[in-house]
Amino acid sequence: MEKSFLTRNPSVLIFIACLALFTIAVTVMSEAMGSEMISTSFVKTLGKTLCLCLVAIAMDLIWGFAGILSLGHMAFFGLGGYMIGMWLMYARTEMIVEASMANAEIPPTAQEVVDAIGTQIFGVVGSSDFPVIWTFADSLFLQLLLVVAVPGLLALVFGWLAFRSRVTGVYLSILTQAMTLALALYLFQNDSGLRGNNGLSGLQNLPGADAIPQADISLWFFWASALALGLGYLLAAWVVSGKFGSVIRGIRDDEARVRFLGYSVEGYKLFVFTLTAVIAAIAGALYYPQAGIINPAEIAPIASIYLAVWVAIGGRGRLYGAVIGAAFVSLLSTWFTGGQAPSIPLGFYTINWVDWWQVLLGISFVLVTLFAPKGIGGLVDHFTGRVSPERYGADLGPDSGSLQEQEAEK
Amino acid sequence: MTRLIMAALAALMLCVSMAAAQDSPIQALLQEHRALIEKSSRKTIQPAIDALRDSGLPEAQAVLEKWQAKDLWQRDADKLFFFGEKVDSKNYRLLDIATGEVAGEFPKKELNQLKPNSGVRSLIGAALVQFQLMAKDPAKRIEALDAIQRDPAEEHLVALAGAIEKETDPDIRDRKERLVRLLTISYGETEEARIAAIESFKGDLGVDVRGALNPLVATSREVAVGALHDGGNIATVLKPGSPEFSEAEAYDLLVSKDLVLPRITAVDRRAALQENITDARVGGVPVAQLNSEDARERAYQALAEAGLVRTAATQAQIAEALAAHVFFETYSEPSAAITEAANDTLSSINTQVGFNQFLDLTLDAMSLASIYFLAAIGLAITFGVMGVINMAHGEFIMMGAYTGYVVQQVIPDYTVSIIVALPLAFAVTFAAGVAMERLVIRWLYNRPLETLLATFGISIALQQLAKNIFGTQARPLTSPAWLDGALVLNDVVSISYIRIAIFVLALIFLGVFLFIMKRTRLGLEVRAVTQNPRMAASMGINPDRINMLTFGLGSGIAGIAGVAIGLYAKVTSELGSDYIVQSFMTVVVGGVGNIWGTLLGASMIGFLQKGIEWMNPSNTLAAQTYMIIFIIIFIQFRPRGIIALKGRAAGD
Amino acid sequence: MKLRMTSALVGALAFATSAMAADDTIKVGVLHSLSGTMAISETTLKDTMLMLIEEQNAKGGILGKQLEAVVVDPASDWPLFAEKARELLTVEEVDVMFGCWTSVSRKSVLPVIEELNGLLFYPVQYEGEESSKNVFYTGAAPNQQAIPATDYYLEELGVEKFALLGTDYVYPRTTNNILESYLKSKGIAEEDIFVNYTPFGHSDWSKIVADVVALGADGKKVGVISTINGDANIGFYKELAAAGISADDIPVVAFSVGEEELSGLDTTNLVGHLAAWNYFQSAEAESNDAFIEAWKAKMGEDRVTNDPMEATYIGFNMWANAVEQAGTTDVDAVRSAMWGQEYPNLTGGTAVMGVNHHLSKPVLIGEITEDGQFDIISQTEEVPGDAWTDFLPESAVLTSDWKDLDCGMYNTETSSCVQIKSNY
Repeated sequence: MEKSFLTRNPSVLIFIACLALFTIAVTVMSEAMGSEMISTSFVKTLGKTLCLCLVAIAMDLIWGFAGILSLGHMAFFGLGGYMIGMWLMYARTEMIVEASMANAEIPPTAQEVVDAIGTQIFGVVGSSDFPVIWTFADSLFLQLLLVVAVPGLLALVFGWLAFRSRVTGVYLSILTQAMTLALALYLFQNDSGLRGNNGLSGLQNLPGADAIPQADISLWFFWASALALGLGYLLAAWVVSGKFGSVIRGIRDDEARVRFLGYSVEGYKLFVFTLTAVIAAIAGALYYPQAGIINPAEIAPIASIYLAVWVAIGGRGRLYGAVIGAAFVSLLSTWFTGGQAPSIPLGFYTINWVDWWQVLLGISFVLVTLFAPKGIGGLVDHFTGRVSPERYGADLGPDSGSLQEQEAEK
Repeated sequence: MTRLIMAALAALMLCVSMAAAQDSPIQALLQEHRALIEKSSRKTIQPAIDALRDSGLPEAQAVLEKWQAKDLWQRDADKLFFFGEKVDSKNYRLLDIATGEVAGEFPKKELNQLKPNSGVRSLIGAALVQFQLMAKDPAKRIEALDAIQRDPAEEHLVALAGAIEKETDPDIRDRKERLVRLLTISYGETEEARIAAIESFKGDLGVDVRGALNPLVATSREVAVGALHDGGNIATVLKPGSPEFSEAEAYDLLVSKDLVLPRITAVDRRAALQENITDARVGGVPVAQLNSEDARERAYQALAEAGLVRTAATQAQIAEALAAHVFFETYSEPSAAITEAANDTLSSINTQVGFNQFLDLTLDAMSLASIYFLAAIGLAITFGVMGVINMAHGEFIMMGAYTGYVVQQVIPDYTVSIIVALPLAFAVTFAAGVAMERLVIRWLYNRPLETLLATFGISIALQQLAKNIFGTQARPLTSPAWLDGALVLNDVVSISYIRIAIFVLALIFLGVFLFIMKRTRLGLEVRAVTQNPRMAASMGINPDRINMLTFGLGSGIAGIAGVAIGLYAKVTSELGSDYIVQSFMTVVVGGVGNIWGTLLGASMIGFLQKGIEWMNPSNTLAAQTYMIIFIIIFIQFRPRGIIALKGRAAGD
Repeated sequence: MKLRMTSALVGALAFATSAMAADDTIKVGVLHSLSGTMAISETTLKDTMLMLIEEQNAKGGILGKQLEAVVVDPASDWPLFAEKARELLTVEEVDVMFGCWTSVSRKSVLPVIEELNGLLFYPVQYEGEESSKNVFYTGAAPNQQAIPATDYYLEELGVEKFALLGTDYVYPRTTNNILESYLKSKGIAEEDIFVNYTPFGHSDWSKIVADVVALGADGKKVGVISTINGDANIGFYKELAAAGISADDIPVVAFSVGEEELSGLDTTNLVGHLAAWNYFQSAEAESNDAFIEAWKAKMGEDRVTNDPMEATYIGFNMWANAVEQAGTTDVDAVRSAMWGQEYPNLTGGTAVMGVNHHLSKPVLIGEITEDGQFDIISQTEEVPGDAWTDFLPESAVLTSDWKDLDCGMYNTETSSCVQIKSNY
């Protein structure tokens, strides 16, 4: 008798329940509901954190389950943000332009309106013409389609090229890093048509929603992010639970063996790569309207490395681990950079967390990798009693995979 | 009481010195032009400089020189001019400009320093030429030649030609002769002399030569009604509609010469329509409908027919206007023989220039390649040989650079400090590398991807530590004086000595690396451990020790690279992160585990980047972008890099 | 698990903020990056703010209340600027903010402060083309820095050919755009303007310097206008010095190089190259001496002062006076009190805040000296800052007047307000 998907994966149910409870709690405590317990800015922070959790799930899927350490997934995240940002900017500027042109003595032609929008959007970077890539910016539907299509296609082409030539391991990591660097540098150029270093800004102002307070809008986005996270988690859990999941875990553990068993390793990898790119893009499309601005620095290689670090700290190979890691680290960094963490006076020197927080973060990466390779998520195992043998001691022999000290002593 | 006497004495002294100063003719001359001198501007200062130069006063030269060097001061009390000497930061000693006698010490507040800007200074320099050209001091003579070169003028030609004869220094003599020829190009008396001068410069790469010749062959576009007039030095006749001269350009030229009426642009038309709105209609078309170009055109036609606005020129009218005129490019230089000679010489120069530019670009590319190589060589060891992904490699480079900075704070002599800094940087980063290997990396040899994360953590921690210790400002790391300047082959090809030094350093490290790996016990053991650790261990090699030393070596070299990079660029906490991705790509492109591969990879990246920069000189960012895209594609076809290890050594 | 963690965090945050809220102080938000790439420039301004606040408190604060600085770190991450600004305004409820350096960080903050009606003082020279109701721009607009410097080139140095070198971001792009159209209006042909953009932190300058030298080939005097940002300048100047380019042959005027940047390199080979600012440390004025002394006493003898610090100084003091005048820290009241507010600047004149939220300040041009300072060779009268440049056709028709027109983007041709909020 097949058990149902949810009964086989009780963690999914627990997660969804937690997420729902959390969403309701935040909603009730938010300013939009009349309570002052959570400020709008914190609702935004939480909403953004949920999006980061979603992209962390994508990262966990590709790294924790398929064993591909992609250092380029924030590129897809950013691209998703850019795609939605183009529509947001265009639509909002269109309304401003139309309102201001309504006063003119002679009604404007369609071309004049477009030109004026161009001047408004690109005037900042010393240009006024619409680049080709803005062709669909006036249509929300098409631009939403592009949110998925552009990063998906990029991932498909890049993945196909990379997997076809059997680039694996650290080489693939460096290659994906090169991809995101190239994309960031490309977008940094003014000629790319996406306003160069300035990027797209003012995204939190939804077109036509000027009258609605940000308290409400932030809550809407929070709900949308929570919904997307829930669905993303379900999808990811479903993908890794069945036979497909077994195959990709197989690829992670021994790629050659899976290939010899007759599976199309490249196909599986490509699918996971593209799927996670699309999930990342959706997360990005939800994230940037809350952040308010997207610019090329967002997809610099370091962003993707941070993503990997979140997953590592949270515990890779388990979906909730990724979520915990992303939420934990990003909220902690919000707290430290907000200047609210109390300074520690040592007498001869005062530790200001603004100066030392990065050091702490860096050291904690090292400690987590060394002493808690399962990450925070590993704590769950202590409750559930699933504790695997301690494998972390010095190697007995110099070769990889040899028995290790503690193991041998048992 | 004493104070009173002092004040009285000071006042007396002031009177005396004033009297003496006012007496001197040079002071009188300066006072005469005081208004111009006080508010000196290149546009207005010439009369004052001329007056000084032509005054025939013996002090004129000294005054001009002091003025040029910003050493001329004015006393606020009586507006007299003095030479100033610094006593301390608040007080200055004034000297009389005529006699050189000390006029007393004054607080800076009561004085006004004359600060001629660089435009005025160059005019003063030009005026000084006649004094300096025959000066005893060769430096002064060179100064005069520089001044002439900066502002060539006709009057200098005669003076310069007269000054060659008595010149004793052969180098300066050569320069004077060359300068005479150069001035002859523009100001020679006869056409023959000018042509001869022009032709004597064939193949000369000097920017100044091209600077003299190009204005001769500069053309301007002209238009004549009907047929070409005789006279004038015409370069080419232009045909409207040809690729280099479109009909639109031709019409614009006619407009600019006021020969035809300008076109009516969309903006003009809109403005015209706006002015002619009557009863919410323009030319019979309701205003509300004017939101398309067609409707506006119709309305405008209607207005034109009513005679309210002027009619736009039709295509036929434009064609007619173009046919009625001849377009041509004409030289501003009237003599055809001279322009021909100039064109001839220029074309010979330009071929040379093109070749030399290529050479210069090659040097630049080699220099860039050597910098990448130097940054990557440590990584070629840690990543290439040991397979450890050290994201903190960039921070080791940074540590090396900061070591250089700290050493310079302790040892002020730049040469000594660099000599000390290089081994010290090696020692510091060697120690850091060994510590990191012992504490972190050795636990993770089986988990390369996690090494990446752990070392990344170390990287951000080190970066922030550097910020906390050294601050966020860039720190100076100055190269010794003998590395200042550049090796100049000619005006096109040059390369700075510091880049040459980096190039040499890179070569040395290539040699050191090869020596250690191929010729020493350590190298043998490293290779053994890399190929088969278990077997190496069985042969009595301690893999732990070897790993530690290898990692330390790679890190140490990164530290030395840091000193070099700090010398030519900057020392900041971000220094390392600028190089880390490029370094990894250098190693991967070249082929992991092979130093020659790293060398090839660095060369490829350097040359490629300079090549793309050459094609698109206005956007350096594009060069970097396309270079990385190229690398991505390259790796698709050679996933193991340019030099791929084969057989067992390849691993995986 | 997750819920517990987050709620714990929420609790911690709420605790931290409520503990700090006190009514007897005036809160001043300081929004400068203390980490990341911009920390190099912005940390100095944070320290300047802390020093100014300290001094003000020693004088008895404002309206009898002490000032309290709330320092946050947006970490050179532009979206974080918006987040931190919102936090400052809604959670910390600061009365005024001083902050931002790059244009993009300002653009990131703009929508937030316009929505929440905050008040920001922006102390850095920028590209203009903006006038927000909620921002006071105490740095230079292009007509207070770029245009006078270009005039100096044209008139005093007789430069006929221009190389506009910049880092690839909005300030150089827009400034160069304005300059190009300005130069064309002055009769400089398009082919005599060479433009190049390099990435942030660029270090390999040999090719570009060679290109600039090659510009002299047609016998025209070449001048470089540099909008190169931050530490990329160090490599650029080192390469210039190595190539032996003297300021007499090819002068370089920089808009982003001040005393702070020069402290990172040896200037012996750069003597005579130029910078245009509204302030130099070498300016001779009593107030300047006092300012420098206070700064060195706080930060160390080797530290220098620069133009954005002066802009911060003027902005802070004007704000303090405006608050005293208005008798409240209410943003609208303070804004009205700001218009026409006067304060002596550190170069000996008086800065006046215009109704377009820009200062009028003198323009100074200085030559680099051997000790890393500037020798002021030209100083104009006070120039009122122009929010919308006169040298771009789209902007020439726009004007800003918050007092009478109540609009920062007013089209004088159609006599209508294009938009109340800013362009982001």
